[in-house]
Amino acid sequence: MLVHSRKARWALWAVFLVLFLPLFALPLLVVLGASFATHWSGVLPSGPTTANYHAATRGEALQALTTSLVTAVTASLLALTVGTWAALAGAALKKRYRRLLDAVFVLPVAVPSVVVGLSVLVAFSQPPLLLNGTRWIVISAHTVLVTAFAHQSVSAALARLDPAYEQAAASLGARPAYVLLRVRLPLLLPSLTAAAGLCFALSMGELSATMMLYPPDWTPLPVLIYAATDRGALFTGSAVAVVLMAATLLVLFAVSRIRTRASYR
Amino acid sequence: MAEALAEPRTARGGARPRGGGRKPAAAPRSPGALLWALPPVALLALFFLYPLALVVRQSLHPDTGGTSLQPYSDLFASEAFRHALWTTVWLAPAATAGCLVLGFLLSLIIAFVPFPGAKAVARFIDVYLSFPSFLITLALLFIYGTTGIVGSFQFLTTPWGVLLAEVTYFTPFVMRPLLAAFAQLDTAQLEAASSLGARAPRIVRQVILPEALPALAAGGSLVLVLCLNEFGIVLFTGAKGVTTLPMLVYGKAILESDYPGACAVAVVNVLISTGLYGLYRVVSRRAGA
Repeated sequence: MLVHSRKARWALWAVFLVLFLPLFALPLLVVLGASFATHWSGVLPSGPTTANYHAATRGEALQALTTSLVTAVTASLLALTVGTWAALAGAALKKRYRRLLDAVFVLPVAVPSVVVGLSVLVAFSQPPLLLNGTRWIVISAHTVLVTAFAHQSVSAALARLDPAYEQAAASLGARPAYVLLRVRLPLLLPSLTAAAGLCFALSMGELSATMMLYPPDWTPLPVLIYAATDRGALFTGSAVAVVLMAATLLVLFAVSRIRTRASYR
Repeated sequence: MAEALAEPRTARGGARPRGGGRKPAAAPRSPGALLWALPPVALLALFFLYPLALVVRQSLHPDTGGTSLQPYSDLFASEAFRHALWTTVWLAPAATAGCLVLGFLLSLIIAFVPFPGAKAVARFIDVYLSFPSFLITLALLFIYGTTGIVGSFQFLTTPWGVLLAEVTYFTPFVMRPLLAAFAQLDTAQLEAASSLGARAPRIVRQVILPEALPALAAGGSLVLVLCLNEFGIVLFTGAKGVTTLPMLVYGKAILESDYPGACAVAVVNVLISTGLYGLYRVVSRRAGA
């Protein structure tokens, strides 16, 4: 305990509440409140209704939800494969090469996602690989963006892994492939699922690169939310945003269940 | 830490009969290890580095023909670009500083002056990180928008509105590494300092802050680069007055179909972001992170 005086402690807690509630809790409550309302001209929303959700769970919005889910799941699985592969391969490299590999894989975080979108659009609108107008252009941009995070979290976990297990397995005659499949990957499973959750959440909320290159028949949820708020339908937009948050949280919860079961093993 | 571990492993690797595998054990002279690293690097090159190179080429050598620095000279001559550059360059460090101060203060209270429900708050921070940034602007539209709680107050269309949204959204990115670092801090150190007569501000300055520096540096560098590249928050304010470089890229490419111009802005943006990020990494490593 850092602060012993009772009065000082209460003062600090008051400061915490004054900063925390308006900054972090209020925005989410406002979006939630607005999603059930038709007007907001006073302190509280008015005109309670569920019509916004009616609009947010069918037709265009439902299609956008499936689009987002398919994109996020595909991009996370691809990113997890590539990122884990790169992290495992990097761990076997000399320090100099490993540094280089890490730097190349962290680059998509430093490059603005709008620019990633622009570059993918420029590159795949011309002959060698023509993806423009298909869903694959959205999926490949998302994959590029989230691979960096997958690689970072898996290689951090790899650095913390106790080498004794794999050395024991190898000394007992296990081949490298067997050590990888039966020792290292199971030990990494908790961080792999955590990385998968992170990638999924990032891809679900990705707007910047998507705005640059989405084809008309592959509109993810964030684009739909922007379209709604841009034409002034703030309340419908909020309902769609709540659907987006709920879908993300549901999947994250499911993924974290995998993690806890794996860690009991 | 990783280097300390790698040393004995390398030494032991030679004695191991089937030393192969992909661990540092076999690393020093194994061409196999490099070969294994090839497929992911090739994929990244195809989907990320090659498109980026095309953007650079497009900015210097547009499809319409000719090689010139025309897009760049046009760019630096234009008022809109200089304005966007300035807005981007002051907003990002300001938001980062705000996040660091606020995040440090809030994490300090959660970790060292715990209250009932502090655990739930920490969990809430984790959940918060998984939401997209534009939700904050959406909420602020209701609070400060034309028909909002605070009334018709054109706050959101100023850079201060964007700053508030960025500080709100990115503070948890600083708090998470900080809370993890605080959880590993040995409380005996605090008690020893306290029993020797140090008061809370001094303990924070001399015991907690040095321990938190790596986490602050890591969180700060991430937030800085994310703020430089933030697009959703600015897009959702719908403000004409606040244009950042990513907004300019979007405007030029999608709204005006001026691809050489957009590519030139993109190159400038990438140079600033990666340059600042690299600088920050070097500085924070020197600072003992």
